[in-house]
Amino acid sequence: MNVPDNLLYSKEHEWVLIEGNTAKVGITDYAQDSLGDIVFVELPEIGKVIEPMGEVGIIESVKAVSPVYSPVGGKVTDVNTDLEQGPESLNSDPYGNYIFIMELDGEVDRESLLDAAAYAKFIEK
Amino acid sequence: MSDLKRTPLYGEHVRLGGRLIDFGGWELPVQYTGILNEHRQVREAAGLFDVSHMGEFILRGPGAEEFVQYMITNDIRKIAPGQVQYSPICRPSGGCVDDLIVYKNSPTDFFIVVNASNTDKDFQWFCEHVPHGLDLRNVSSEFAQLALQGPKAQEILQKLTSYDLESVRFFHFANNVEIAGRKCLVSRTGYTGEDGFEIYTACDDAVSLWQSILACGQADVAPIGLGARDTLRFEAKLPLYGQEIDEAITPLEAGLGWFVRLEKPGDFLGKDALVKQKQNGLTRKLCEFELLGRGIPRPHYKASYDGRDLGFVTTGMLAPTLGKCMGQVMLPERFWEPGTTFEIVIRDKPVLAEVQKGLFYRKKTRHE
Repeated sequence: MNVPDNLLYSKEHEWVLIEGNTAKVGITDYAQDSLGDIVFVELPEIGKVIEPMGEVGIIESVKAVSPVYSPVGGKVTDVNTDLEQGPESLNSDPYGNYIFIMELDGEVDRESLLDAAAYAKFIEK
Repeated sequence: MSDLKRTPLYGEHVRLGGRLIDFGGWELPVQYTGILNEHRQVREAAGLFDVSHMGEFILRGPGAEEFVQYMITNDIRKIAPGQVQYSPICRPSGGCVDDLIVYKNSPTDFFIVVNASNTDKDFQWFCEHVPHGLDLRNVSSEFAQLALQGPKAQEILQKLTSYDLESVRFFHFANNVEIAGRKCLVSRTGYTGEDGFEIYTACDDAVSLWQSILACGQADVAPIGLGARDTLRFEAKLPLYGQEIDEAITPLEAGLGWFVRLEKPGDFLGKDALVKQKQNGLTRKLCEFELLGRGIPRPHYKASYDGRDLGFVTTGMLAPTLGKCMGQVMLPERFWEPGTTFEIVIRDKPVLAEVQKGLFYRKKTRHE
């Protein structure tokens, strides 16, 4: 399972890339593999304010409906609308396709997130 | 998953990298490579399914045909020995106990195949009604069942047997056919909307038969999980017990009237209720729909109009070959006309849907 070093991870299998005041969020390789063929993505609304680990969207595979959580808190500033037409790109390239970008509200609680090594260990279980 | 039952092919599923799940108490693969990929494999070439979890009964003795006739809604006398018949079986209320297929060896010898999850319930239901002197046995644990489905199914299977498979017509079967050296019952039946075969053999022969078919078919065949089995049967509008039919849905409401022979002589279970329902006219029935708004319709989602509940989706999904979000939905009479719009409630939001006809995959089964 691919777990890039430069990202942080949630136990709900989202990845987050924090750059300055913004965070880019997607789902991990493990998440897309567990879900199977993804056929539908419901994106959050731009401007929506979310608490850390708040529900921000829905991903549906052929078999299952899964909520997407935001590993960090803040305001949604951008969503990847390409996913509405091509949700399967989350299967083929989960780290190359973000779901949304948010403006962080204050400091990120890094204790609540896993680094690549810790996440790799977490999904081994 | 230690309490789960396993089929004789469990080791093959593990070896082939199947993703095993708890499927109604059975540890079976939901997929090997991916549901959509496996779906396409069956539509375009061939796929091999392990459906050994299905239940099988043997019924023998004088009067066996009369008993079958009483249990099922279809008319068993319409088929000759060597033929297979599909039928619902009903409670006196008209609700469905299950749906099944009956293999007729002779008027005194039948092989009955029922849904895995209903095997015990069905066997009890049969036992409650079986007259003395008939031999009725639940032989589910003695048989493995493989399904080879898809346009290349016959070409592949023919390489493994000297029996002329061309002679086995749709919903016909042959007994004691040797395939890859194993004795099998073979029928031209299936649950995918494609041409293909269902093959029953002794549990001990299942692994070798499975491996022979995969080896012989090479790139034209692949193992298929239960995920694609569901998308394939759905897209071909084949009913699934627990969704299109159940104890609270009659076969008439489910659009299976063709398999309910109210005019056949004698009584059968559910007859009075079904006759009455037909005379009075249906108040609800399954309709085909396409979702016009965004979303994926799923089983048991509510149908509504103007905030009022209308009914429920039985099966819905993104049909892989057709590329449409569609399904079947139970609707009251004023919504039956194609073109009528209503809503499907997805996560508390009503999403526009339209009743249509002829929406589903055109089956490629070979009717002569």
